[in-house]
Amino acid sequence: MLEITSIEKGIVIDHIQAGTGIQLFNYLQLDKAEYTVALIINADSCKQGKKDIIKINNVIDIDYNFLGLLDPNITVNIIKDGKISEKVNLTVPQTITNIIKCKNPRCITSTENYFDQVFHLVDAEKRSYRCEYCDDIVIPHLH
Amino acid sequence: MLKNRSLIDPSDFSRQEFCEIFDLAHQIIANPEKYRKSCEGKILATLFYEPSTRTRFSFEAAMLRLGGKVVGFSEPSSSSAAKGESIADTVRTVECYADIVVMRHPKEGAPRVASRYVSIPLINAGDGGHQHPTQTLTDILTIQRLKGSVENKTYGFCGDLKFGRTVHSLIKFLSNHEGVKFYLISPEELRIPDYIREEIIIKNNIPFEEVEKMEPYMGELDFLYMTRVQRERFFNEEDYVRLKDRFILDAAKMKFASPSTYILHPLPRVNEISIEVDNDPRAQYFNQAKNGMFVRMALILKLLGIY
Ligand SMILES: [Zn+2]
Repeated sequence: MLEITSIEKGIVIDHIQAGTGIQLFNYLQLDKAEYTVALIINADSCKQGKKDIIKINNVIDIDYNFLGLLDPNITVNIIKDGKISEKVNLTVPQTITNIIKCKNPRCITSTENYFDQVFHLVDAEKRSYRCEYCDDIVIPHLH
Repeated sequence: MLKNRSLIDPSDFSRQEFCEIFDLAHQIIANPEKYRKSCEGKILATLFYEPSTRTRFSFEAAMLRLGGKVVGFSEPSSSSAAKGESIADTVRTVECYADIVVMRHPKEGAPRVASRYVSIPLINAGDGGHQHPTQTLTDILTIQRLKGSVENKTYGFCGDLKFGRTVHSLIKFLSNHEGVKFYLISPEELRIPDYIREEIIIKNNIPFEEVEKMEPYMGELDFLYMTRVQRERFFNEEDYVRLKDRFILDAAKMKFASPSTYILHPLPRVNEISIEVDNDPRAQYFNQAKNGMFVRMALILKLLGIY
């Protein structure tokens, strides 16, 4: 496997579904980073066959709800002094706010938008969500 | 406590809280005179962003019979919405003048949004194809008046079960009760949505059958809840012509019903119940409309904290 120098202090986002690392990279706006960032694609994984990994040489704020929604199998390792100091296991979020929009054309959110767009989890396995306002069910597609 | 609460979705209130409203409605029916001045000095605002004469009259008559007064608009062209004002701003302004608000809006979820910007109670009087909780209150009160309770009864729902929101709300409410059984009578294209069948009926272990004809089951029913099958809901003209009469209730079909099968309909009726049925004592749809006013009186009194 290709070796990437390990980091002293930062974040490793691991077990990203192969092929989707670039989207996460873009979402986190890592192209604008002023610190070292590595996007590794198609790394070998015993769990998944192939996976993507992002290594960030800095501790940045990450919206774990968004990551959980993108893929709850992703793991986030916070690195301090060259060691993993915290492992964050993502879960499918119960509530998501201002990440997706309701697609129901009859929904009030289609004409007024001065309040939060809130969705509540209906089925964690299907990752389906219900619009707080019109109850329409959606399965968010972020890829 | 129902004081100062809003009714947007039937799940906003507990079963116990619904019981309080129905108990008060029964008391009002028994002695309307007693409540004639209960809302003296109070103002109800009716904000109707789409016309619905029947629902608006029912709310306004309810408030007037309680001794209160009514302000409002009945179509958006005459309202601030026509000038592009947000519903949040409209209700915050209305809150300065009124004690309780009733809102009808074509957009689903509009009353939920509005209720978050006011501290006075707000009642959803219908939001798009979504919810119409006071129609469900009306239906339940009518069932209670005719047969004592909603439990241990067989209900037929006939017509457009796919788009009929009154049917969906009523099925949801009844599914929380013991001993209910459903016959869902509709053309195949207009069956109840999957989420109602799976998440509500099957999850609650309610016995049910989906059928395309009413006659064989009429004798078993305590209530037959009729809705209209609209021509434009059909995929093709042929099916419409073939099926339309099956879902029209007339005197001939009433012969299959038992002497205690009551006919309900949320109104307005077009042709799905022939007028020859109207004089049958089992036809209860006009009484249902009257019960709608009484249950709205009870709801207003509870939300204002007067009773
Ligand atoms: Zn919505």
